[in-house]
Amino acid sequence: MASHQPRPSRRLAPYAFLTPAVILFTLFFAVPIGYALHLSFRAVQVKGLGLGSHARTEVWAGLSNYTSALGDPELLAGAGRTLLYGGLLVPAMLGGALLLALLLDTPRVRLGTFSRLAIFLPYAVPGIVASLLWGFLYLPTVSPGYFLLDKAGIGGPDLLHGNGLFVALANIAVWGGTGFNMIVIYTSLRAIPVELYEAARLDGASELQIALRIKIPMVLPSLVLTFFFSMIATLQVFSEPMTLKPLTNSMSSTWSPLMKVYRDAFVQGDIHSAAATSVVVAGATLVLSFGFLKLVNKRSDGGS
Amino acid sequence: MSTTLTPRRRTAPAPGTSPGSAVAPPRRTAWIPTLLLLLGAVYCLIPILWVVTAATKSSGELFTTFTFSPGSGFLDNLAELSAYRGGVYWRWMANSALYAGVGALLSAALSGVTGYALAKYRFRGRTAIFNILLAGVLMPPITLAVPQYLLMAQAGLADSYWSVLLPSIVSPYGIYLARIYAAAAIPDEVVEAARVDGAKEFRLFRSVALPMMVPGLVTVFLFQFVAIWNNFLLPYIMLGDDHRFPVTVGLYSLLQQGANAPALYTLVITGALLSVVPLILLFLGLQRYWRIDLLSGAVKS
Repeated sequence: MASHQPRPSRRLAPYAFLTPAVILFTLFFAVPIGYALHLSFRAVQVKGLGLGSHARTEVWAGLSNYTSALGDPELLAGAGRTLLYGGLLVPAMLGGALLLALLLDTPRVRLGTFSRLAIFLPYAVPGIVASLLWGFLYLPTVSPGYFLLDKAGIGGPDLLHGNGLFVALANIAVWGGTGFNMIVIYTSLRAIPVELYEAARLDGASELQIALRIKIPMVLPSLVLTFFFSMIATLQVFSEPMTLKPLTNSMSSTWSPLMKVYRDAFVQGDIHSAAATSVVVAGATLVLSFGFLKLVNKRSDGGS
Repeated sequence: MSTTLTPRRRTAPAPGTSPGSAVAPPRRTAWIPTLLLLLGAVYCLIPILWVVTAATKSSGELFTTFTFSPGSGFLDNLAELSAYRGGVYWRWMANSALYAGVGALLSAALSGVTGYALAKYRFRGRTAIFNILLAGVLMPPITLAVPQYLLMAQAGLADSYWSVLLPSIVSPYGIYLARIYAAAAIPDEVVEAARVDGAKEFRLFRSVALPMMVPGLVTVFLFQFVAIWNNFLLPYIMLGDDHRFPVTVGLYSLLQQGANAPALYTLVITGALLSVVPLILLFLGLQRYWRIDLLSGAVKS
């Protein structure tokens, strides 16, 4: 950019271009966040028997909504379930995505385009529909897996109850997300200059050694990005457990923290405690995200 | 930010073929990687294959015949689904197309103009505005959706088309992608030359910058289209009247009723199949417009 004094129109132009985004962002992000904070510090006070139009008033509640949210065993249990679910999901999905991307990038692989498209395809399927499809595949009466196990005389695992539920839910997200992450990693693999491999091959390196020593370190930034987005998506899990809920009676309505917020706000009508819980979830997301970014930056600063 | 956005092209291969190289040994197929990839493809196709066959079954056949053997009831299922509550299913599909189509178009336009301003001008508050917009990505949707619903209700807009459409327009992620793309695709010299020729700032954006940003904005459109079409939480919270449901919420309500009336399961399955057809077609038809390198390029900043 030139350093001489620009014309006024040029100084004002960026602000004009940004105005629509700033207005919409304020209306649909900033104001709701402020409103959620406001609600989280308030509570409804019921006077007398709670009858009459002035019997229910909103009062300042201080931190009481937060102390009850943080002390709520249901929220803690939901957070624990989410962690366990993410612990299954993220390594399986990203490990699978990395492996498949490396396989796609291997010389002399056949049917690469077909496999790539087939594996990316679930990205186009809504989470609700994916959960619905897998939900039916988990039902012993309709599932082909159970049919085959039954023919073989083995009882299938119960995927809709107990610990099986974690595997069942993680599998839905792995199915939906592996292809997208694979493409992200594969694209950055394709950006590595081939000269690096040629030099390594001349030195007698095998394809496996090239993958481990050259390719994986080179795609590390993509892995960091995909890990970051997977972590955020895990914390926000909602529609998959909601969809499986009608198919099993062992899915509670507070299975994940977001499901609890939904239930508090719209089933129990307690928007104040729902707001406090959602602020807690948002705060945890921000802390984890910034902590993670800081950690990554520190590592890369130390490395270079 | 990296100087190049497009990956350095390899010398030999066309997209999709395996990367050859100068020292490539004779072209024997690498069997183990090929088989592993096909295994991954089978895993990803099984639920799709299942829904295709299950949609052909009558509700009697669904629970009695082998999963992957086709049934005889597809046309009946289709007719029954179309007749269900006066054809409300097709209304859901039209609603989804409206929310996703209009929402993604407006979102791409807004991302384009915002990303351009953030990439190509130096002005006071630039970094602050960008960081605040970006922090929006980290907000859990429910933290936004509950107060958004309450505010919409106060404005008298809850349970309206606007309540789903308006919040979908601002996409922090779309703005982020558009900014990266504008920075890489629009050379400063071109902008300066247009100014020297006397172009006003808005005209400069519309006639010079915007055409250069089209490939990136197509990607933003596609990302947003898929995101809005697949969205469940926001419309689920905002809408009460099922005539305004998108197909995700519609199918969910059908599934919930199916828990009490299993005869509805065949409708749910047929509806699920039909609901993924448009997205799969869009995805296959436009796959060469997906610029995933935008995503990978984003990491090298």
